[in-house]
Amino acid sequence: MKRLTPRSLQTFIIVLIAIGLVLMALGGYFNAAARQVGRAVVGAQAWLSQRYLALVDFLTVPRDLVSLRRENAELRAEVARLQGQIVQLQQQVTETEILAALVNFARTNPESDYQMANVIGRDPSPFLHYIIIDVGSSKGIRPGMPVVTEQGLVGRVEAVAPEAARVRLITDPASQVNVRLQGAETEALLIGSITGELSLEMIPQDVNVQSGDLVLTSGLGGGYPPNLLVGQVLTVRKFDYELFQQAVIQPTVDFSRLYYVLVITNFRPVDISPLVPTP
Amino acid sequence: MPMWEILLSLPVLGLALMLQLAVFSRFNLLFGSADLPLLILIAWGLQERVRWAWVWGLLAGLLVGYVSGLPWYVPLIGYLGTVGLAQSLRRRIWQAPFLAMFLVTLTGTLFVHALSFVSLRLAGSPLPLSDSFDLVTLPSVFLNLAVGIVIYPLIRDLAAWLYPLEAET
Repeated sequence: MKRLTPRSLQTFIIVLIAIGLVLMALGGYFNAAARQVGRAVVGAQAWLSQRYLALVDFLTVPRDLVSLRRENAELRAEVARLQGQIVQLQQQVTETEILAALVNFARTNPESDYQMANVIGRDPSPFLHYIIIDVGSSKGIRPGMPVVTEQGLVGRVEAVAPEAARVRLITDPASQVNVRLQGAETEALLIGSITGELSLEMIPQDVNVQSGDLVLTSGLGGGYPPNLLVGQVLTVRKFDYELFQQAVIQPTVDFSRLYYVLVITNFRPVDISPLVPTP
Repeated sequence: MPMWEILLSLPVLGLALMLQLAVFSRFNLLFGSADLPLLILIAWGLQERVRWAWVWGLLAGLLVGYVSGLPWYVPLIGYLGTVGLAQSLRRRIWQAPFLAMFLVTLTGTLFVHALSFVSLRLAGSPLPLSDSFDLVTLPSVFLNLAVGIVIYPLIRDLAAWLYPLEAET
């Protein structure tokens, strides 16, 4: 039998100790010590990891700034594009609403034929309250045809070209419209002014005119069809020493925001000028 | 070159009239508005090497007279008269072009507005004198002077492009 050498004995002892330690560990004798050691190791690991990540952050931040700036620029461009799209869509919604209102007006007033027109400009002279529309004689537009919106009376076609027409607004200083006051059941003359203010003239003194009375075209004189809404009485000026009273009218149409109008194409104005006596 | 100057008038004044109808007539100060064709005519008439400014005035007058509700002769006379004034002043105060621009703008605006007012009154439009002056003419003068500051350099560059210095030598 071969004798054990000192080296073999040493190895045997070490293996025995190792097995003993494993058995003791499995038996739970080292738990308290293992927790202490584990806590220390985990703490050290966390510290090391945090420092490493901080170092990585420090080294990679400039690269991130560049990419963030690029991303920011892309997002800004995207926002600008979307904002432009929103404005465009809002404009389309507004146009659709206006057109729907005009269509609704035409449906509820079937006695007239209408031609829709875009307002493409205003008269170059500030003394005149005219608009230019994009339909003309090629679409059957003739001078004298009334122009309305769903809100009320706008004016009358004054001059016509093949593809455009000029419309005198009722706010023009030279405009005169025969109207009637719905509440007071009387007739009067609506005139414009250089400031765009509408006023009623020739109201008899004995008529009781109230603020809020509706003003409609009377059809007298043949210049406009009857019963087109013009506005409401805002204030009344009445002096005992005058023959007639006057009233300021709030028009139903917003003349500063005219985009689309309707031309009443089946109305033929009556020329009464030969019947007017000349002095 | 004169042919080019005359040919150039149509697109320039046509564009100016379109801008006037669509933009400048809608941009009001009180009840006045700037007159872009008039400002272009004044700036063009003040350019040293321009020879056919009166043709520009004639064309602008006819265009505006056709489009506007004013009697056709009012813009024609107003614009031609203003161009004449600009051309008579350009050699006298050529060292101060902006001063000349302001002076002719002021005079030209008053002239065109006076013609418009008189012709409309004669046609039966009940325009009150004081309101017309306070609410229309004075704001229009102010707007024309302001817009003229922008228009003059643009027209000067246009004239320099059409009449480069080398062409004279």
